[in-house]
Amino acid sequence: MYVTIVFLPLLGFLVAGLFGHRLGPRGAQIVTSGFLVIAALLAMIGFADVALGGHEYRIPVAQWVSSGELDFHWALRIDTLTVVMLVVVTVISALVHVYSIGYMSSDPHNPRFFAYLSLFTFAMLTLVTADNFLQLFFGWEGVGLSSYLLIGFWYERPSANAAAIKAFLVNRIGDFGFSLGILAIFLVFNSVDMQTVFDAVPDHAGSTFSFLGYQLHTLNTICILLFIGAMGKSAQLGLHTWLPDAMEGPTPVSALIHAATMVTAGVFLVVRCSPMFEYAPLALDLVIFIGAATAIVTASIALVQNDIKRVIAYSTCSQLGYMFFAAGVGAYGAAMFHLFTHAFFKALLFLGSGAVIHALADEQDMRRMGGLRKALPLSWSFMVIGTLALTGVFPFAGYFSKDTVIEVAWAAQSGLGEFAFVMGVAAALMTAFYSWRLIFMTFHGAPRAAAKVMARVHEAPKIMWLPLALLALGAFASGFLFSDLFVGDGRAAFWGSSISAHGDGVLEAAHHAPVFIKSLPLIMSIGGFLLAYQLYLRRPDLPGKLARTFEWAYRFLLNKWFFDELYDFLFVRPAFRLGHFLWRRGDEGVIDRFGPDGISKVVALLAARLRRLQTGYIYHYAFAMMIGLALILTYIVLQEGGL
Amino acid sequence: MRQALPNLISVYPELLMAVGAMVLLLAGVIRKTPSIDRLSRLSVLLLLGTLLVLWLLFFRLEGRVVTFNGLFVMDAFGLFMKTLVLFGSIAAILISGPYLKEKQISNYEYPILIVLATLGMMMMISANDFMSLYLGLELQSLCLYVLAAINRDRQRSSEAGLKYFVLGALSSGLLLYGISLIYGFAGSTSFDALALAFADGAPTGVVVGIVFVVAGLAFKISAVPFHMWTPDVYEGAPTPVAAFFAAAPKVAAMALVLRVLFGSFPELDEVWRQIIVLLSVLSMTLGAFVAIVQTNIKRLMAYSSIGHIGYALIGVAAGTEMGVQGVLIYMAIYMTMTLGAFVCILNMRSRDGMSEQISDLAGLSERDPMMALALAILMFSLAGIPLLAGFFGKLYVFLAAVNAGLYTLAVFGVVTSVVAAYYYVRIVKIMYFDKPVVTFERPESKSLSMVLTITAAVNSPLSFILIGPLVQWAAVAAGALVP
Repeated sequence: MYVTIVFLPLLGFLVAGLFGHRLGPRGAQIVTSGFLVIAALLAMIGFADVALGGHEYRIPVAQWVSSGELDFHWALRIDTLTVVMLVVVTVISALVHVYSIGYMSSDPHNPRFFAYLSLFTFAMLTLVTADNFLQLFFGWEGVGLSSYLLIGFWYERPSANAAAIKAFLVNRIGDFGFSLGILAIFLVFNSVDMQTVFDAVPDHAGSTFSFLGYQLHTLNTICILLFIGAMGKSAQLGLHTWLPDAMEGPTPVSALIHAATMVTAGVFLVVRCSPMFEYAPLALDLVIFIGAATAIVTASIALVQNDIKRVIAYSTCSQLGYMFFAAGVGAYGAAMFHLFTHAFFKALLFLGSGAVIHALADEQDMRRMGGLRKALPLSWSFMVIGTLALTGVFPFAGYFSKDTVIEVAWAAQSGLGEFAFVMGVAAALMTAFYSWRLIFMTFHGAPRAAAKVMARVHEAPKIMWLPLALLALGAFASGFLFSDLFVGDGRAAFWGSSISAHGDGVLEAAHHAPVFIKSLPLIMSIGGFLLAYQLYLRRPDLPGKLARTFEWAYRFLLNKWFFDELYDFLFVRPAFRLGHFLWRRGDEGVIDRFGPDGISKVVALLAARLRRLQTGYIYHYAFAMMIGLALILTYIVLQEGGL
Repeated sequence: MRQALPNLISVYPELLMAVGAMVLLLAGVIRKTPSIDRLSRLSVLLLLGTLLVLWLLFFRLEGRVVTFNGLFVMDAFGLFMKTLVLFGSIAAILISGPYLKEKQISNYEYPILIVLATLGMMMMISANDFMSLYLGLELQSLCLYVLAAINRDRQRSSEAGLKYFVLGALSSGLLLYGISLIYGFAGSTSFDALALAFADGAPTGVVVGIVFVVAGLAFKISAVPFHMWTPDVYEGAPTPVAAFFAAAPKVAAMALVLRVLFGSFPELDEVWRQIIVLLSVLSMTLGAFVAIVQTNIKRLMAYSSIGHIGYALIGVAAGTEMGVQGVLIYMAIYMTMTLGAFVCILNMRSRDGMSEQISDLAGLSERDPMMALALAILMFSLAGIPLLAGFFGKLYVFLAAVNAGLYTLAVFGVVTSVVAAYYYVRIVKIMYFDKPVVTFERPESKSLSMVLTITAAVNSPLSFILIGPLVQWAAVAAGALVP
């Protein structure tokens, strides 16, 4: 059954990719979406079996590599952590597939789109079911590839191509760290099999290994390298710049890849490796710090962005930061719980914004929206549900997961925990503010779109509503339904041995936090709402004034803390200059001149000289023969004499 | 004296050929209007029959059979080389018809001369004594002189024949002088006796003799610096004759080189290896560089053949069983490549007659895609591009050289083959990317198409399947020569 779940999307990809033009758009949609729906239903059965029934499986598929000491199989590792991810990935993917049937209906490259979506799903499933680190890396690179293909799906747009390349390159930095981490694992543990490695971890606690003369703490080094990989994929501070640009891709892609699934792969990696991170205190500190910093920085950027999808993208970065610092303090269950609920409400927000964009003929700038509530009541209600869930209002999903995350940061009782707690609370305020700002700017106030566009505003087709409704259900109910299992009293039985129980005390302490701490996120959420209400509905002139008064701050935020400019200055331009130098001076000036060009000139010259020997006179020929013979004879006889 | 006659069984193929050639000649003389077509067909049949007898015979004989008081030897090596030579000659007769008719040189002697030349080659391959070697060599050479000049009304052809004859006579002189020197020291001309006599080294006089013998043989395989005749003769002689020259006689002469060096001087390999290395390096270099500036495709093929002989000599220089195996594989593949290329040249017929300019191939891929494809395969194979047969040929000789410790020579071979790849690939470029100027009208001939199809097919990536049996067979043949 699990093999079927993993390989159905691959089959869908192959069918749609190879026979897409023969099947036609309709055929490709039915095949890929149908397979995904089946996979999602199977995944739910698997969830019941493994997570609720308490079973664990290891399903070998095939021998992969056997070379010296490196020996491992393709195998599926099915435990609670895996099935949680299986459910998230297949359900969201199935809904996005269905949604895309409506959203992409007018695109001429329909089959290609669905093929890519299925390819992505397959790669993501191999990632989460990986039994060894190389298989994980295969899935990791597979999702990177399909993300690249989907961001650049509208390849005739230069901005889409640039965004795709940027995503790919930034991810490469992370992937490099990840692959170094895998190599280090093999070096230390002599295996890449997860179970073998995790079993051996306690023996290596506190040990060091030497590299280029440095004595490095083994597990800290490995975990930091793995975390660099996670940072790239999950768009954490420093490597986050690709995610907002990735919004160039079609909106369903943003919902599936850049909100619900792929970007959470980093969180998954940290949680999957929790038995190892437990023994790497420095790496965990780094995870907390980066996670908290990302949460606050990207939330602050989201405050002033005007592109509807970019706001949600920065929000995603910020929420991923929450997940990381939850994992960093040891509350892996809380991190996974937030991942789980976030997948539903963030996908809902993206698909809802997609419906708005669809209605407004591909307009994404919120300054040209407004007053759409009457025209798009369904979109409005879904977006509001998503926002309630995101901002953590009781009883929506975010209330349960985000509050737990903030509480565990408080309960960690460490310096960095404190830092994460403060940042988390502040980011919660900002989250509420920018989320409601988005709702107010888009749906309320006076319409700012051209009259012509407004006249044609219409609700999206029915096929797009079904996925939205299901996601809204998830955004509403996934919190209180699963809270007990993920982070509550049922957690020990639920997770089994799939995550380290080392940090369980933190979660326990979080449940006994004072009421003030517990209610703080909700207070912040309401405060953010009121602030946004004041600024954007009651006094719409205020934001402009504020921006003028604090222009430097506004510019700083609008330009995303100048990360792109900094990278451009530090890396991109020097690289271009170096490239130009090597091209003009190095390649053309030296290598070509003395290499191909030079050699070909010498060859031509030599050939012309030698050709002149061929005179056509018979006595010249005879002469050449005799001279040749004489020379050879002399040479040989001299050699003989010398012997 | 129980046995009045020597053992004749092992010379049945040669006897059959000799008698057959006489009969054909008589038939030609007696008939008032002898038809070259019919004689060609009969000649092909005769050669095929010889091939059949050869193979049947070989299954009856076991191992190495020496007869005629040690003058004649029949072994697995001879079988391999004779098979190649017979195939080469058959192909040469098959592809000649249309050209000869076009040029009105349909002398009925033409196929008979090829048969007689082939007989000479068979004798050469089976020679086990300098006397029988020289007899076979001269029988072959005399036929080739006449063939080169067969278009006697045309100045270029006569010139080619004359040049070949004069220089050939010179080379024969060198060879005979070398033989006499060796005889002077050893008191014998038999290969077996020589091998015994020089088992513990040889005086300088013998070394000089070896140099002369190798020089005389190098002329026949057109190794530099004894190659000067090749471009002029290839260009001047009628194209099918050039095709014949490039194929069978080269194989036979290479067999001779191997027989003499490995048969009579196996212990003097330190001496002759130096000569062979020198010839090999010079041939590869000249073949690679001078071909670049050629505009006539027949001259280009002449330099190409010089270069290829250089590569084959790498295997000889290795001086090992593996080296001989490499040479055999190389010659077999070389023969198919060069025959196929010449068929393409024979197909280059435009309204103004036969064309020989490389530039006339421009745009062939549009006018005649099948021929362009075949020629492209052959050119890539000649260049030694992997997956094609030519690559395997080079691979095995380079491998043998490396195993024998001749690293410099192997590297040299690789470098020159890169240079040589330029002019082969250039032809492909001209065919596929240049604008057409001339339209060819391929002569209507089934046999031409057949030879082209077969040669292109065996050089195509199909060679992957064929190379295995060839390598094994060559190993058996090499084992027979190098004990």
